Amino acid sequence: MSGARARLRRLGLAGLAAVAMALAIPAGAVQPDEVLPDPALEERARAISGGLRCIVCRNESIDESNAELARDLRLLVRERLVAGDSDAEVMSYVVDRYGEFVLLRPTLSGANILLWAAPLLLIGLGGALSVVYIRRRALAPTEAALSPDEEARLKVLLKE
Amino acid sequence: MITELGHFALILAFMVAIFQTIVPLVGAHRGNVGWMSVAEPAATTQFLLTAFSFGALTWAFVTSDFSLNLVTANSHTDKPMLYKISGVWGNHEGSLLLWVLILTLFGACAAWFGSNLPPGLRARVLAVQSSVAAAFFAFILFTSNPFTRLAVPPMDGQDLNPLLQDPGLAFHPPFLYLGYVGLSMAFSFAVAALIEGRVDAAWGRWVRPWTLAAWVFLTIGIGLGSWWAYYELGWGGFWFWDPVENASLMPWLIAAALLHSAIVVEKREALKSWTILLAILAFGFSLIGTFIVRSGVLTSVHAFANDPERGVFILMILGFFMGGALILFALRAGAMEAKGVFSTLSRESGLVLNNLLLAVSTFVVFIGTIWPLVTEIFSDRTVSVGPPFFNMAITPFVFALALALPIGGMLAWKRAQLGRVLIQLVPALVLAVAVALLCWAAFTGKSTLSPIAIGLSVWLVAGALVDLWTRTGRAGGLAARIGRLGRLPRADWGKAVGHAGFGITLFGVAALTGYQVEDIRVAQPGQPYRVGAYEVELLSVDRNVQGPNYISTMAHVALRGPGGEQIALLHPEKRLYPVAGMPTTEAGIDSGWTRDVYLALGDPQPDGGWALRTWIKPFANWIWGGTIIMALGGLLSLTDRRYRIAAGGAKARPVAARGLPAE
Repeated sequence: MSGARARLRRLGLAGLAAVAMALAIPAGAVQPDEVLPDPALEERARAISGGLRCIVCRNESIDESNAELARDLRLLVRERLVAGDSDAEVMSYVVDRYGEFVLLRPTLSGANILLWAAPLLLIGLGGALSVVYIRRRALAPTEAALSPDEEARLKVLLKE
Repeated sequence: MITELGHFALILAFMVAIFQTIVPLVGAHRGNVGWMSVAEPAATTQFLLTAFSFGALTWAFVTSDFSLNLVTANSHTDKPMLYKISGVWGNHEGSLLLWVLILTLFGACAAWFGSNLPPGLRARVLAVQSSVAAAFFAFILFTSNPFTRLAVPPMDGQDLNPLLQDPGLAFHPPFLYLGYVGLSMAFSFAVAALIEGRVDAAWGRWVRPWTLAAWVFLTIGIGLGSWWAYYELGWGGFWFWDPVENASLMPWLIAAALLHSAIVVEKREALKSWTILLAILAFGFSLIGTFIVRSGVLTSVHAFANDPERGVFILMILGFFMGGALILFALRAGAMEAKGVFSTLSRESGLVLNNLLLAVSTFVVFIGTIWPLVTEIFSDRTVSVGPPFFNMAITPFVFALALALPIGGMLAWKRAQLGRVLIQLVPALVLAVAVALLCWAAFTGKSTLSPIAIGLSVWLVAGALVDLWTRTGRAGGLAARIGRLGRLPRADWGKAVGHAGFGITLFGVAALTGYQVEDIRVAQPGQPYRVGAYEVELLSVDRNVQGPNYISTMAHVALRGPGGEQIALLHPEKRLYPVAGMPTTEAGIDSGWTRDVYLALGDPQPDGGWALRTWIKPFANWIWGGTIIMALGGLLSLTDRRYRIAAGGAKARPVAARGLPAE
């Protein structure tokens, strides 16, 4: 992990400069010469690349990025696939070299469990509060209820 | 000279803002009418001074006054006039000046059109609004002064970031800011109501138009940004879950929740303290959005302005206003007794569900956005949270919302019968299921989410139509009912149109993400090839085409139909902006009702060919079409009779009925 951090810090300045470039030369992304001849393998490569972050860019996957480093990673992914790695093996190969930071989809481990559980926890908590609120509203005395005085007057009126 | 006057006007506006914060607040506390009434002229003065200041900065950009640091850094004499003007807010300092300009404009609007508000409430609203303005004036003057001069002016400027030189992006920030800042009105009303200790139906009726207006602006602003990303970034993506995009999505979601809960306050006097809380949070998320964009604390593609020191200042503003408002809320909210009673199955409950889903999705987006920051602070891990997480976490909420919306929207107030509503919705349900099955069968082996989403979008649109139709009542024949359709309140139309717009956007998103066709290859000039049902032929490529402030490499590509007939001649480009030293791409797009054909030019290849990408993007325009329709629905609601009457007529009545404010 600390390796990835150090690398990031080193990339910091260069990264900022690269941002402008990387962002600005869009229409880059996957080059025709990168495309694998086997469509099934290529499709897997695209899916994997979509989940890997280009580390010199700002919040772009290597599939979208035009940076040189993203291209290297795309080629690496394809190389591993051609070598016969499974999707998971390719992912862990890349993570081993570049750190967890490259995963656009955070792993379900450690503190990240809290992140993944957040939607469920929040909807559970919010749902419980809403149910309590609605039930309390439903049980509250109705605003149309008459005061004793009014009840008495109503009785008199009805008798007449 | 004009620059100095603009700077001076800004300082004066800051003084007026401080004055307007203190005097009316004290006046309202003591019941001193004279002190309260200074708020109105002060609000007008503040706006005029800020407008003058903004005008002075615009003048400097228009005349290319390079003695100003800001103009030098963001403009150039060769730049087209439109972008000279949009360059005013295409940078940190100028965009903040636009921020306060809009803030003071809203404050002034509350002064001009708020004559039917009780004087105490109006004084307090204007004071709170002005306190926000004062904080931002201080921010501009002390950390981000746009009027800083250069000792030695250069001959020419450094040009605006070329990505921002685009009509879509020229107007994206102003709309977004109108939305962000519009929510400050809801905030000011909420805080003023907490100080007064009173929230009633009338309060709901005053707050809702402001929220609705802010939401409409946010909708248009986000739509413009997404459309810009689609055609400018070069691969036709429309949403990236970038922190800066999330920064605008969060206030939008909360504002959507708020404008629904305000209906409950207005019509049923329930959900009062929740609505107050939402109003506070909505503006809080606007400030968080400003913080995220301006501080650059979260790395993102919007790299054009960031500085951590300024971030700290915004964080202090955020802490002060959110902390203050939430403490006030904790102290006072308990006193706000709810009146409305409703059964478990009712429109009220439906709107509670709406608020639950919208609020929870806001917080999920929020947690996902700040998660990398959190893990970096509290552990040694550097993680990324990208589109795969957000898509997975948010899709269930979108689906739940879409599923519940047509039903919840038709439930009666107070006590509803589910069976009756469901029977009315049977045609919509049948249509939705049929379309979903058709999509699923027609595209076997593709995503299963897309047919579900398409089914839900049909359900939303058909449900909105059914809702509108049942509102015409049962009496009379078909002709009578159609006649009544036109006389329905604008609010009913706004509701149906807005909800249908949501359905249309959902449809566009589902179709585009599920069924787009992509082709990447080296195209040789004069050799046509097929992509989907189309034939694409690269005719020629012109190098060194001279634009006003750029040089372009422009391809000419023929797009032909299945029969070989020419549909369009497209010109995808690669541009180089020499002053900024930045290349950009301009996609060649043939837009249509059912599909966009999207071409992006890549690099020349050694063999004389060019890398060329072709996408067929089904129903792409429906995404932004739906966004516009949503905004239109908001506008229709905004022009409903009850707001026009509230704004124009009944001036004396609320005041007379209330007498002097409490306290």
